[in-house]
Amino acid sequence: MAGTMMIKLVFSGGLELLFSNERNQSVLIPSFVPSDNSTHSSPSSSSSTPSSYNDTPSTGETKAADLEYLIYHLRDHLLKERPELFMENGTIRPGILVLINNTDWELEGEGSYQLRNNDEIVFISTLHGG
Amino acid sequence: MAPTSCSLCRDAKAILKRPKTGQQICKDCFFFVFETEVHHTITESELFKPGDRVAIGASGGKDSTVLAYVMKTLNERYNYGLDLFLLSIDEGITGYRDDSLETVKRNQQQYDMPLKILSYDELYGWTMDAIVEQIGKKNNCTFCGVFRRQALDRGAASLNVDHIVTGHNADDIAETVLMNIMRGDIARLGRCTLICTQGEDTIKRSKPFKYAYEKEIVMYAYFKKLDYFSTECIYSPDAYRGHARTFLKDLEAARPSAIIDIIHSGEAFEVKEEIKAAQKAQQTCKRCGYMSSNDLCKACTLLEGLERGMASSVITDRARKKMDAIGPAPDNIRTIPLFRSTPTIAVELPSQS
Repeated sequence: MAGTMMIKLVFSGGLELLFSNERNQSVLIPSFVPSDNSTHSSPSSSSSTPSSYNDTPSTGETKAADLEYLIYHLRDHLLKERPELFMENGTIRPGILVLINNTDWELEGEGSYQLRNNDEIVFISTLHGG
Repeated sequence: MAPTSCSLCRDAKAILKRPKTGQQICKDCFFFVFETEVHHTITESELFKPGDRVAIGASGGKDSTVLAYVMKTLNERYNYGLDLFLLSIDEGITGYRDDSLETVKRNQQQYDMPLKILSYDELYGWTMDAIVEQIGKKNNCTFCGVFRRQALDRGAASLNVDHIVTGHNADDIAETVLMNIMRGDIARLGRCTLICTQGEDTIKRSKPFKYAYEKEIVMYAYFKKLDYFSTECIYSPDAYRGHARTFLKDLEAARPSAIIDIIHSGEAFEVKEEIKAAQKAQQTCKRCGYMSSNDLCKACTLLEGLERGMASSVITDRARKKMDAIGPAPDNIRTIPLFRSTPTIAVELPSQS
């Protein structure tokens, strides 16, 4: 049934500085989300069903929540500053590594990966001094 | 998507796509190929010989932390016979370097290596905090860069080592190639891809991670759960390098081999003999004795500017002449200690607790 999913998040390599300096966080996201990745439809409401998104400003079409949606969601709801250091051209900024349940996201379809309840997504910036 | 199996062992689940080759490999194969490639870089370039004393330039950041770990691993696995040391430079940046040095001190315990910390304050009488207070955030990276390079050499001399290794990775070198091309700095373009250069005295400097991608270094640190520090320097970062870096990351996203391709391009440039001949001959600094292409080495020039309150005017040769025209340096200008290699040294040994 449609509902929400709990996604575990880890921010490191300096990226945590954009996210309240909290390395470990979690977020609830709807199982079905607007196809255009609009995130302004009360994402934390656990009783959301796909139909409840029809009255949002988006096109009304929905999709199963994927990593691409999560990136928009994090930008709109968790990111505290300088979104350009996190996102670029509709995806993660080059130089930030992403792991899905401890696997390089490049092996998991990147943004098109369909999220599942209790997934752990790790974001590591490589852009900070070495 | 169904899990992909490792293209090397064909058994375990792949966890990483290698940027260099596009191969999908499992965790154990990744550790093995990463370490083995560094080993090959070291042996093919004949970087070390048995008995060498080698200082690892350690900042507490990802690259040098992984370098220390891999150097220790390879030294034991292949019996290099090296004495390894950690050498850290304390630039005196409150809230940045003091925190990262705590990481290095933990690494000292974790890796059981002697650690030497040398500070700008001790060498130059100035911390970066004090320098920025005087000159502001513009150009402060120039001071920090010149001072750090010399501090590493002097710290290495005090440790009586033969060799300094630094964590510069393939991405860093590709960035430097791009910057030298954009600046038309042909002399540096020729040097910047060398894996090994000769520094002060007979101390060699080399980059065992020359062909290691940043992505793999960070993934290695992540999967090995290595303890490293990552915060941007609180003073203005090198803006020019920042642009080169962003450009390179965009190129890498489009074609991952771009990084190694740029290094190869840098290596393929041949500097004409007449250009080499036009470069200034090396001499020693008349004030401190460090190698220099002018009467005074860069650090002594910058230090004199700081002491005379004309720091912002010593970045260029022209400004230097202007300062000289105002009058000679006062007699009480600090002489930067050289730490010529000496047989006895004091280093902090890991405590036996």
